[in-house]
Amino acid sequence: MMGLIWFWLVAVMIVGYVVLDGFDLGVGVLHLFLVRTEAERRATLSSIGPVWDGNEVWLLAGGGTLYFAFPTLYASAFSGFYLPLMIVLWLLILRGVSVELRNHIEVGVWRSLLDGLFGVSSLLLTIFFGAALANVIRGVPLQADGYFFLPLWTNWKPGVHPGILDWYTVIGGLVALVALTLHGALWITIKTSNELCRRAQRIVTPLWFVLLALTIASLIATVNVRPQTLDNYFMHPFTFIIPVGVVASLAGVWIFNGKLQSIRAFLCSCLYLFFMLAGACWGLYPTLLPASTGPDRDITLSRALSGPHTLSVGLVWWTFGMLLAVGYFVFVYSRFKGKVDLQPGKH
Amino acid sequence: MSSELIHRLHFAFTITFHYLFPQLTMGLGLLIVILKSVALKKQSAEWNHAARFWGKIFAINFVFGVVTGIPMEFEFGTNWARFSNVSGGVIGQPLAMEGVFSFFLESAFLGLFLYGEKRISQTMHWFASLMVFLGSWISGFFIIVTDAWMQHPVAYERMADGKFEVLSFWQLLLNPWGLLQYAHNMTGAVVTGSFVMAAVGAFYLLEGRQIQYGRMFVKVGVIAGTVASIVIIFPTGDLHGKYVARHQPTAIAAMEGLFRSTSGAGIVLMGQPNEETGEIDNPLVVNNVLSFLIYGTTKAEVQGLDRVPREDWPNALPLLYYAYHIMAGLGTWFVLVMVVSAFLLWRGRLYSARWALWAVLLSFPLPYIANTAGWMTAELGRQPWLIYGLMRTSEGYSSTVSASNGLFTLIGFMGLYTLLGLLFTVLIYNEISHGPGERPAVKEAISAD
Repeated sequence: MMGLIWFWLVAVMIVGYVVLDGFDLGVGVLHLFLVRTEAERRATLSSIGPVWDGNEVWLLAGGGTLYFAFPTLYASAFSGFYLPLMIVLWLLILRGVSVELRNHIEVGVWRSLLDGLFGVSSLLLTIFFGAALANVIRGVPLQADGYFFLPLWTNWKPGVHPGILDWYTVIGGLVALVALTLHGALWITIKTSNELCRRAQRIVTPLWFVLLALTIASLIATVNVRPQTLDNYFMHPFTFIIPVGVVASLAGVWIFNGKLQSIRAFLCSCLYLFFMLAGACWGLYPTLLPASTGPDRDITLSRALSGPHTLSVGLVWWTFGMLLAVGYFVFVYSRFKGKVDLQPGKH
Repeated sequence: MSSELIHRLHFAFTITFHYLFPQLTMGLGLLIVILKSVALKKQSAEWNHAARFWGKIFAINFVFGVVTGIPMEFEFGTNWARFSNVSGGVIGQPLAMEGVFSFFLESAFLGLFLYGEKRISQTMHWFASLMVFLGSWISGFFIIVTDAWMQHPVAYERMADGKFEVLSFWQLLLNPWGLLQYAHNMTGAVVTGSFVMAAVGAFYLLEGRQIQYGRMFVKVGVIAGTVASIVIIFPTGDLHGKYVARHQPTAIAAMEGLFRSTSGAGIVLMGQPNEETGEIDNPLVVNNVLSFLIYGTTKAEVQGLDRVPREDWPNALPLLYYAYHIMAGLGTWFVLVMVVSAFLLWRGRLYSARWALWAVLLSFPLPYIANTAGWMTAELGRQPWLIYGLMRTSEGYSSTVSASNGLFTLIGFMGLYTLLGLLFTVLIYNEISHGPGERPAVKEAISAD
């Protein structure tokens, strides 16, 4: 029971992270292509300035929760994904520094450099996060002792000895890239006005078609690479509501964006991310990290779980702490609600 | 080089660099609340400008602290997987609580403090500064709880599969080791914050510009610095040292360079420990002081390194010894500088005493060195244990991550952090050159309708 609860709590934190940091990663990707003037760029970046750091905290809090609830999974996955995680760390460092410090620098060329760095690191991060999830779904070559070490790539095919990157995980990376860029575009439509807002709205259309194609491709590929994904669904057929939700929320994005109802379109995009991730989690459950070397080596829920006292005490403070955190988020987002101004400003 | 050494260096390097930033933000967080409180009480624009100026310095440090802090949370898993696997149920707890209770609070209210001043009342802005301060100190608390459990494991049991399980949540959080270490460490952060603030003030006064702010910063920095420099030695350092002596006698013996158990042990002020001969070379010793400091009597016996087998000695003994002596020596210097400055301040002579201002200015890097040396003392003193008495460091690192992969990413971090260090220096130089109150913040140029 504790295992079930903590599985979904960690999943909630991952969804929270993707939905929240997702839009500022998307804005990071988009601002490279979308903005034309310094004022527009500043407006775009101001739309995420006060919140991006808080969004990223979901990654840290989620990582910490994973660490204490499923230490075996944390230890195995983090050491096995050593190389890509180090790259992710470097990208997170470059991204955080570039977005925060551009406004402290007044030389145009350095600013442009930092803006470019922010865009490129955001783009690579979305791809890495998507590929990471795909790696978990596909499985990794776990040894008998529960550890593994993945090279960045091998023969680009999922199999017993895959690399971080193969054709399947690349699809995962692309889905994340496009989905989060779309998510970011919708955020910009909420937070900005005039020409910039309209441009963001127009870019949603092509992104939407690409995302639709990639979503279908990724679903087919997943069933192909790991047929057991469907077992849980057939065992509890009502859970097919999840893929239905994916389709419906994607349709919602299209409809509401067409009607210029930005907030609803953005919420549909949140739902899309939620259903995609929930679908992946449900397809895995109760496995946490499948082994490409044979199902008896899978890291399962029961194997990875912390002790009972740890988990029941954790439930108390986690609930309390996350209620507080949600409170802060509601408060901060309400303080910064509304559109950012495009005025050139005093400076 | 061995994998163990690479993984140790990996963690040591990244956390040493990381802690340069939080030690300032935690100290400065408190000082900003003080500035903001005075501003609110006096309804003073000047004190508000000062709070905003230090808010900017805080923000830059905060960003560097955040981005260099993320790797720390990852490295438990990437570089110390075997340790994380068995200890996650215990220390994963405070680490996750840090995220849930501190980072959310800190990031939310820092955004509000930096970007939201026009959207909220002054009281609310003061409240935001208080929450940022609290967030950073709560964060420090959970990290200390984590470290304290590795130093002095309490409230645990070992399950059948070898994993540690928490027996009492409150005993874990209120580990006496952790409480003492927390008091000592946070005072250290205030020392850094006050020295930096006083040094910036001294810089302005010596430059002859921003005079009113220069005086304000020197005043606040010196007052806070005097209190913190004393408190860091007595009672926090004293109590913490006594507790270490009781529970890690080997660490104390190595820190003090005490090779042989001695009654009426003296304190070594200077000298080089020689592991080969088991002697201190060229010693300068004050008799009986060590016994007195630890046990309150000059005659008590202090346990030396001869009581434990060689393989249980801290394995970087000279480094530990020097780190401890540097920390203690600098601590003495802090009291000297601050007490003299406080005296001059009281007599109304500090703002024109250029020699004293120079001493304050030149001292600002020293608290960074002292805090770093203090952490080295704590962590090297714990060796060769990863969890004291329970798990050796050699049993904890990720065995699947080869030494060469570890070296590759270590060098990567060194290169990246060199760049970050340069960038940081330029940005701080810029902010200090501009000074408080001269220009509107760039970010404020954009506001919502």
